[in-house]
Amino acid sequence: MSLKGAAAVVGVAELAPQRYTGDATILDLLSGVAVEAMADAGFYRSQVDGLIVHPIGGLPGFVPATVAEHLGLQPTFAEIVDLGGATGAGMIWRAAAAIQAGMCTTCLCLTGTRRRKRTPRGNNTNADTSRRPRSFSPSRDRSPQAEFDAPYGMLGANVGYAMIANRYAHEYGLKDTQRAKVAVDQRKNANANPAAIFHDQTLTIDQVLSSEVICEPLHMLEIVMPAAGAAALLVTAADRVADAKQPPAWILGAGESVTHSSFAQAPGLDATGIGIAARSAFSQAGVRPSDIGLASLYDCYTVMVLLTLEEAGFCARGEAGAFVEAHDLTFGGDFPLNTHGGQLSFGQPGMAGGMSHVTEAVRQIQGRCGARQIPGLELAYAHGNGGIIAEQTGLVFGAAR
Amino acid sequence: MSARLIPPSSELTQPYWRAARADELAVQFCQHCDQHSFPPRAHCPQCGSAELEWRTVSGRGSVYTFTIAYRPPHPVFSEHCPMVIAVIELEEGPRMISNIVGCDPATVEIGMAVQVAFEEIEDSKVTLPVFTPVKTS
Repeated sequence: MSLKGAAAVVGVAELAPQRYTGDATILDLLSGVAVEAMADAGFYRSQVDGLIVHPIGGLPGFVPATVAEHLGLQPTFAEIVDLGGATGAGMIWRAAAAIQAGMCTTCLCLTGTRRRKRTPRGNNTNADTSRRPRSFSPSRDRSPQAEFDAPYGMLGANVGYAMIANRYAHEYGLKDTQRAKVAVDQRKNANANPAAIFHDQTLTIDQVLSSEVICEPLHMLEIVMPAAGAAALLVTAADRVADAKQPPAWILGAGESVTHSSFAQAPGLDATGIGIAARSAFSQAGVRPSDIGLASLYDCYTVMVLLTLEEAGFCARGEAGAFVEAHDLTFGGDFPLNTHGGQLSFGQPGMAGGMSHVTEAVRQIQGRCGARQIPGLELAYAHGNGGIIAEQTGLVFGAAR
Repeated sequence: MSARLIPPSSELTQPYWRAARADELAVQFCQHCDQHSFPPRAHCPQCGSAELEWRTVSGRGSVYTFTIAYRPPHPVFSEHCPMVIAVIELEEGPRMISNIVGCDPATVEIGMAVQVAFEEIEDSKVTLPVFTPVKTS
């Protein structure tokens, strides 16, 4: 039993990443992309009977019901996915699984975040020290991380990924220029994607490496920039694919892994959940990494791409640095990677950032990527990653069932 | 004394903080499967047994990985930066997040031997275990 060929993505909509979204509510943003994704597929609202959303700040609970009512849907399958950056990819296989199980026939997967302009926080050096991060307020957050990690400054993600980069360099060797190459090639892709937040700016390795070091060894330009945005994907059953206006991106395989929450409890870099999720996805699809024509890999940081390349099996262990140096990672290159620019250059609109890797894989399979289209693409791999390499979801998409 | 985020504790985790207050590092030990574990839990993550006892450990360990944070991860750490945030692997097995203090951050290396030290958090009655390089004579 596998998900292979049970369902396909037939509709896509994306609100391009932007720094701020003014007074629009998150429900407004999600509604906008939901309507657009249904129209993209040519499906009526009455044909949508599944809904997957994620936790939303300001909505204390009952999120699927709140969103469903707002959209005028009465789904027979309603679900919430809470896997950090793997949430978007995690939604897609859950939609296919619900369809395969007969719980719904067409499922809307929604991600997004709003962002209002606030007084700049600056660089934290002169700020008010009495302010505690809300999520680590002792009265609100009783998680083990609030108790045993936060008092040491283990907050946010920069610290954890910097530790991963240092451990990786210790075990296998890694040059700063190799990490920077990922950001630079992805920027070239973004330069061909009008929706990317850095569409109009070029980037060189020197610029990456001369940007401020935030957490050694990671530079500012190796770190995603938070943005606002949204994405909606419509997944439908195999026997409904013919009703869609757009060609299908078939879901051929999926895999998932959750290994820890605190980075102190993470498995070694040679035994991450990345590999578990990817191997499962490839195995379900019956394909190998070398069959894949587009790698759409979660890139919260440059080093995450390197780790995923080798853990997912695109190159041998310890060779990711040399691999990215030896290959042209642009849409016209010999190993197309994150052709939308990756989140590093496309922008990271919350959970829609992780979904952007899925959206790009789907659109490339559908042949709708314009100037950055990979000709004749048959198979794409999309990978989502949450927390500090804690949650992993891999998806294989195909043009043929 | 240093300014830091103050950890929220629970009845289950109190023995850890009481030990730290007495300048000792204590972690749970499973009497069923003979494993140390961290962070504290009601049941052993290896075997599920509830027979967990608190044991004072050596306080010796090594740096599994680390970073030097140049920007404070939170404003409360502004006086600490640049600060070394690390994953420490204890001699007894468990790994924990900590800081490496009492040395030039540039001298910290993966694999380096460290030993526990204790730092009182400002405006609290909480003592936090941190680590320093083992002095080589």
